[in-house]
Order: sequence, then C-alpha cells, then structure tokens
Amino acid sequence: MRDFFVLRVIAKLLIPFMLLFALYVEFHGDFGPGGGFQAGVMVAAAIIFYALIFGLPAARMLVPDALVESLIALGVLLYAGVGVAGMLLGGNFLDYFVLMSDPVAGQHRGIFLVELGVLITVSSVMLKIFYVFAGRGRDAIE
Amino acid sequence: MALLVLAMVVQRNLFSVVVLFGIYSFLMATVLVALDAVDVAMTEAAVGAGISTVLFLAALYLTRGDETRPLHRTWSALLVSIGVGGALVYGTLGLPAFSDPAAPIHTHVVPRYINDGPKETGVPNVVTAVLASYRGFDTLGETTVVFTAGIGVIALLRRRRRKEGDR
Repeated sequence: MRDFFVLRVIAKLLIPFMLLFALYVEFHGDFGPGGGFQAGVMVAAAIIFYALIFGLPAARMLVPDALVESLIALGVLLYAGVGVAGMLLGGNFLDYFVLMSDPVAGQHRGIFLVELGVLITVSSVMLKIFYVFAGRGRDAIE
Repeated sequence: MALLVLAMVVQRNLFSVVVLFGIYSFLMATVLVALDAVDVAMTEAAVGAGISTVLFLAALYLTRGDETRPLHRTWSALLVSIGVGGALVYGTLGLPAFSDPAAPIHTHVVPRYINDGPKETGVPNVVTAVLASYRGFDTLGETTVVFTAGIGVIALLRRRRRKEGDR
C-alpha cells in the first residue's frame, strides 16, 4: 500500500493524534472514561495502522521486536512492583495508601502507575500478536 | 444487529464476514453507550471493531477467502445452540429489572464505592477507582492473562519460524 499517496499523507496526519488521544485516555482516565486497557489498544492500533500503510518491515524498524517483547514483561512487572513497593513501605500487597505521605495522593499515584503497567502490557501484546500473525505468511513466502 | 448476525451466518465470503463483524462491534459499542457504560463501549470499539478486525484480516491473508461447503448438515449443532440460547434467555427472566435500585448488586458494595470512592482515592471516575484500587488484585490478574496470551502466541508461532531459518 506504499504507493497510495492519499493514504500515506492521511496516515502521517492521523497517527500523532491517535497516539496523543491514547495518552489523553490514559492519563485522563481518572476523570473521564478510559484507562490503561483502552489506551493500550489505541497505541497498538496506531502502530498497526502505520504497519498497514507503510508495510510491516517499516513498523518493525520503528518498534523492534525485542523492545515489544521486553515491554510485555515490563508492564506486568511494573504492576506487581507497585504491589511489592506497597508491601515494602509497610502496607499490604497493592496497598496504595502508603506510597506517599498523604493517603489520597498515594492512591492517585498507585492508580497512575498501575494503569501505566496495563497500558504497556496491553499495547505490546496486541502489537506482538499482530507482528507474529502478519509476519507469518510473509516468512513462508520468502 | 440480528440481521447482521444472520448475514454473517449465511455469508460464505470470509472477507465480508470480517467486515460485518466490525460493523456489529460498532453497533454493540453504541448499545453500551446507551447503557451508560462508556468505558466498556470504548473497549468494544477499539478491540472489537479495530484490533480484532485487523487480526482477522491478517489470519485471512494466510488462508483462503471462502468458506468451504460443509460435507453434511449437522442439525444437532443447531439444536444444541437453540437449547443453550433458550436456557440463557430463561435464566435472564429471573434477574431483577434493569436499573432497579433495589437489586442486590446495587445494595451490597456499590453505595460505598459511589459515596466514599472519590474521597478515599481522589479519583472521580468510579470505574477507574474500582478497577485499579478496590479491585487491584483482579486487574493484576487480567494483566497477567493478557501477558500470558502474548507469551503463548510467541511460544506457538515463533518456534515455526526458527525451524524455517534452520533449513
């Protein structure tokens, strides 16, 4: 699809806004609808969109496989790490109250970090599944 | 929506089935918005209509675009589906009416979440507060499920590619 001029221009215009909207959904999830899962899917969708227009190799160059694979684990580790941090600071597992001196601010920070972990894992898993599926046919042909 | 489902069943061209599936997901998202479940609607629109359509298309690229005709019609499958569907519809008759304030689900922990949630967590969106704070364990489990799915796909599909590289 690299030859379609209109598609290429539109994709270049849209992808930054898709990523921006994903970040908005992520960090505004405390106040409006949205959260880590939705934002993660949007990030993945933006990169998959890029891969559809500019080709899989270009997307793989932009977001390499090794990075995606390590991000899959990093998200879960971040989530569980917040829980362990709560334990180390004297609370129960996944207790956010102890993360900061003010319990409400601690809750806020805990939720923020946890949602970030969800975002990282969900987006990289979606992307990885797409890479593997889309790359399969190609590898068989080559 | 019922028409869409029927069209999907009748349609033999898998490409149009995938497109119909995407339309169905978008309609489902509008239904969820009408039910005031905006967070779920967002997920449905992004996952159901977006990602899964792309994944289906990627899978379609690996197979042929048309469904083969079945060798013989299996009426027992139809009977089982109708039976299970009927049982589920019968089960919904016992549920309390939609948005009934006296329903058990609205009298147990929900008042606490709604009244104390914003004060305790400082997060006005109750869905986020419940998801990430009160039910943090469940969400950790969910994230682990997504993680496991990714690892499973890598484990299944990666091995094949390495074999091809060895040849």
